Amino acid sequence: MTLSAQIALRLGTLDLQADFGLQSGELLALLGPNGAGKSTVLRALAGLIPIDGGRIAVDDVVVDEPANGVFIEPEHRPIGFVFQDYLLFEHMTVLENVAYGLRARKTPKADARRTAHEWLERVGLNDFADQRPHALSGGQAQRAALARSLATNPRLLLLDEPLAALDAGTRGSVRRDLRRHLDTFEGMRVLVTHDPVDAYALADRVAILDAGRVVQVGTLAEVTAHPRSRYVADLVGVNLVTGVVSDGVLTTDAGARVVIADARSGSSFAVIRPQSIAIARNGGGSSVRNTWTGTIAEIDRLGDRVRIALDGQLPLIAEITVDALEALQLRPGDEIQASAKATDILVYPV
Amino acid sequence: MSRRHRRGGRVSLPIPVLALAIVAVVFFALPLVGLLWRAPWSSSWSYLTDDDSLTALRLSMVCSLWATALSIVFGVPLAWLLARVDFPGRAVVRALCTLSMVLPPVVGGVALFFALGRRGIVGQYLDRWFDLRLPFTTAGVVVAQTFVAMPFLVITVEASLRQLDLRFDDASRTLGASRWYTFRRVTLPAIRPALAAGAVLAWARALGEFGATITFAGNFPGTTQTMPLAVYLALETNPEQAIILALLLIAVSFAVLVGLRDRWFRRPDHPIAMPSP
Repeated sequence: MTLSAQIALRLGTLDLQADFGLQSGELLALLGPNGAGKSTVLRALAGLIPIDGGRIAVDDVVVDEPANGVFIEPEHRPIGFVFQDYLLFEHMTVLENVAYGLRARKTPKADARRTAHEWLERVGLNDFADQRPHALSGGQAQRAALARSLATNPRLLLLDEPLAALDAGTRGSVRRDLRRHLDTFEGMRVLVTHDPVDAYALADRVAILDAGRVVQVGTLAEVTAHPRSRYVADLVGVNLVTGVVSDGVLTTDAGARVVIADARSGSSFAVIRPQSIAIARNGGGSSVRNTWTGTIAEIDRLGDRVRIALDGQLPLIAEITVDALEALQLRPGDEIQASAKATDILVYPV
Repeated sequence: MSRRHRRGGRVSLPIPVLALAIVAVVFFALPLVGLLWRAPWSSSWSYLTDDDSLTALRLSMVCSLWATALSIVFGVPLAWLLARVDFPGRAVVRALCTLSMVLPPVVGGVALFFALGRRGIVGQYLDRWFDLRLPFTTAGVVVAQTFVAMPFLVITVEASLRQLDLRFDDASRTLGASRWYTFRRVTLPAIRPALAAGAVLAWARALGEFGATITFAGNFPGTTQTMPLAVYLALETNPEQAIILALLLIAVSFAVLVGLRDRWFRRPDHPIAMPSP
């Protein structure tokens, strides 16, 4: 079982060009900032939005390929969809909700109800079978929605921010429950989230979606070790610099120069950890070859550490101690020098 | 609600506003009081059970229920079209379909006559090909009543459809339901309160319909003479009977309004919207 998706789609200001694939039994998390197009990707996979170009195939069955005039309606795709706020039908009981997909497929009523009962049993909601959905808590509603979409035995399960509607207090336990239930499902799963914790806890692999493009795919550890987008770099809390390397110097589009200890050349990413950056008042002098001048835009205290945002040719985040901040008497607007050792800078090709 | 104010016993309303409001209430109550005052209560039962009255009442019931049924069958799809499908000229179509609400009913009757009458643009073919004549028949009454009553159902149902969260349709589709199944199992139950309210309004309007009926269908006892027509006719021959029939119509309409009040002003029990988190 596989999923292969090449999605080209324009929707308002969103220009989506997302390519990715899924192996049998895999759970892929689509992680990215708001407005990156994550939910739109899910809706395209489900057939709720036709794509403008590209091709979507589930198990080698093409479900959407505009070039060949192929479009399979959502109700005929082998999918299940768990929506962000679950969208349980309020005029039906919880049991009728779970049986809905089977009834829509003309399964006899008694069979549909029996299967629905089994699913409610699995997610621990049998006591609520005859209740209306509004009697359920957020976590219970999520499990009911999960049972409803799994009852039709889909091969691809799509989950849109399944934890976003929950308050922080219950999210942890609901996430553990969700993980347990997702683990028993053998099909492919695509989970959309903006919370890296969800991706870490639930997913086998992560695809980073930024401004409509899949910029990185891999395990969360791989992705965060070598950020390829500002979004991931911010997520991990490191500085990501893009530029062209020649003769051991990376030059950014803005003209800033970063000396590196790496022999490769060409377009590259450089990661500078905020902890590797030293701050000095102008004219302080330094033996370090990498010295950048900048203005302090923001000072953020995080316990005994301080994060300093620098504006300049090379915008950077530096992290220093409270003692250093007080010794240097830094204030927003001050012009300072930041420096980092070339050997502390991680470089890898674009 | 207002009861709270009354219990407090203190409503600070400017005197002129209060005075005008009371005049308005009296204006509406007075005709009713006039009827009640003049009503021949001792002979009311014989007037109500008199053959002509019963015939008119039965005809009114049959025709208005038919008109309501037709309004539902055609009005719900029309409301769905107006609410969900974004086509060019939608505003014009909506205005056209609700025009009869504001049109003088007599004008509607005249228009129907020139469309569906024996010489009308469609009526001549109905007559020639199907031997079907609508004017001055009971079917004509139903057509006239449907013409004026359906818009009440359409606007009520359309407003309700517009408030529905379309993502419930999406959820239904991803569960394997066709558009038709989704409409029956998700959309219709969600608009049921509005549909009931719209149907009752349309029925009340059909029951009271006079102008279009008398213009298009005439005034023949047993075939086209509905209650309002009977009241009008009786006014000339037997005013006491007219009063009793009028009071009966008023009682029915009043019961409908009171029965509707809750549906009209209260939120539905299960709004299709966000579930509580």
